[in-house]
Amino acid sequence: MSELSVNHLLGIKYLKEQDIQLIFETADHFKEVINRSIKKVPSLRDITIANVFFENSTRTKLSFELAEKRLSADVINFSAGQSSVKKGETLVDTVNNILSMKVDMVVMRHPNPGAGIFLSKHVKAAIVNAGDGAHEHPTQALLDSYSIREKLGDVAGKNVVIVGDILHSRVALSNIFALKLQGANVKVCGPKTLIPKYIESLGVEVETDLRKALNWCDVANMLRIQNERLDISYFPTTREYTQQFGVNKKLLESLDKEIVIMHPGPINRGVEITSDVADSKQSIILNQVENGVAIRMAVIYLLASKIK
Amino acid sequence: MSQKVLLSSKEINIILHRLACQLLENHLDFKNTVLIGLQPRGIYLAQRLNDILKSDYGVKHIDLGFLDITFYRDDFRRGDKPLEANKTNINFLVEDKNVVLVDDVLYTGRSIRSALTAIQSFGRPLEIELLTLIDRRFSRHLPIQPNYRGRQVDAINNEKVKVMWKENDGEDTVYLINTTA
Repeated sequence: MSELSVNHLLGIKYLKEQDIQLIFETADHFKEVINRSIKKVPSLRDITIANVFFENSTRTKLSFELAEKRLSADVINFSAGQSSVKKGETLVDTVNNILSMKVDMVVMRHPNPGAGIFLSKHVKAAIVNAGDGAHEHPTQALLDSYSIREKLGDVAGKNVVIVGDILHSRVALSNIFALKLQGANVKVCGPKTLIPKYIESLGVEVETDLRKALNWCDVANMLRIQNERLDISYFPTTREYTQQFGVNKKLLESLDKEIVIMHPGPINRGVEITSDVADSKQSIILNQVENGVAIRMAVIYLLASKIK
Repeated sequence: MSQKVLLSSKEINIILHRLACQLLENHLDFKNTVLIGLQPRGIYLAQRLNDILKSDYGVKHIDLGFLDITFYRDDFRRGDKPLEANKTNINFLVEDKNVVLVDDVLYTGRSIRSALTAIQSFGRPLEIELLTLIDRRFSRHLPIQPNYRGRQVDAINNEKVKVMWKENDGEDTVYLINTTA
């Protein structure tokens, strides 16, 4: 297969297994490109991409922008904070205004779940979802799986535990879809209050004992406690959370085997993981960031090749 | 569709040795020269020349690389079929080196144009030359000519030249295929 089955990347839910493999194979080539002394290819020189961010982001936005520039696309950036959105403009109007300046692709982050899907039905441009509320964050899940594949050779058959706030996490949901699609075994682990009631319907097991979960897994993906999304108290104190669900060096070393530690960032050092874990050899956190650029280049390149 | 044999295995072998000798004449010990095979089908020719130069002519070391030009092509989003990338494998810098680009068939010259751009990502070469097994005359879209050619062919536009290699296709043969007849 040499073409994606979709015209937009709205979520992992809409992808097929072959799409993920094609994205990974393409990312392999781009990873070689970004490790050259001249890290740029001219493929997308006639494509203009708008990065539309209705929610704060540093890493994802930088990563997308770098990916676009490495492909030679023209890039415009838009942050809702300094825009007419504050004056009452609707989402479709905002984006259509941007598109009338001849933009071919929109990378959007939005606080509302389904914002990307809504947009794809109303505007003529390829849409890439860079996070929509607590729904999906597909490029993060792709780069996570890609990093597992790079570290362990394959994703199929691997045991992956996602630890932390599953309820509010788009990273968790996209990761579950991506990992299941590739044939990995997935468990989630965290306080009962932060695990969605029907999560098992996705073919995922719930484990509330962190030590048991870690002893079972090959890879632990440690999510950040997103204080900004916790409208009510889901656990007594951060300190108590850390005691039950935080990973430190002592815990890692007491396990039966060496596991891989991942984190989508930004890290709350000392909360989900301690510094000595984050900076240890078992952690592939910075590889995830590097792979993020290659994965986003692959996604943008493959979607752009479908724009006629 | 009809096809005829342009070059047999024996003829290809003679040509490969002649091309190797011509390269030797200009580059002697290959100390400052690199061979770059273009993906996907120029890599077999580059590999063969590398092997012949080493085994039959005593060249000790040749820097051999494979270059994929997919991301540098000028027909992105213009064709019906999506472009498929291949692996680039160049483990050396081409800065101040003599670069010999190697491809199986020279037709419009557009691939070579892309390769000239692509190779810049690996440094600024001293000089770039072009070697092709088949040179399809009178069909160029760009002012590009080979420095070393195996065989010159006059083929019309609905004819296709297909180079087969033992390691990939099971035989060493060059066919001229008429797609209309």
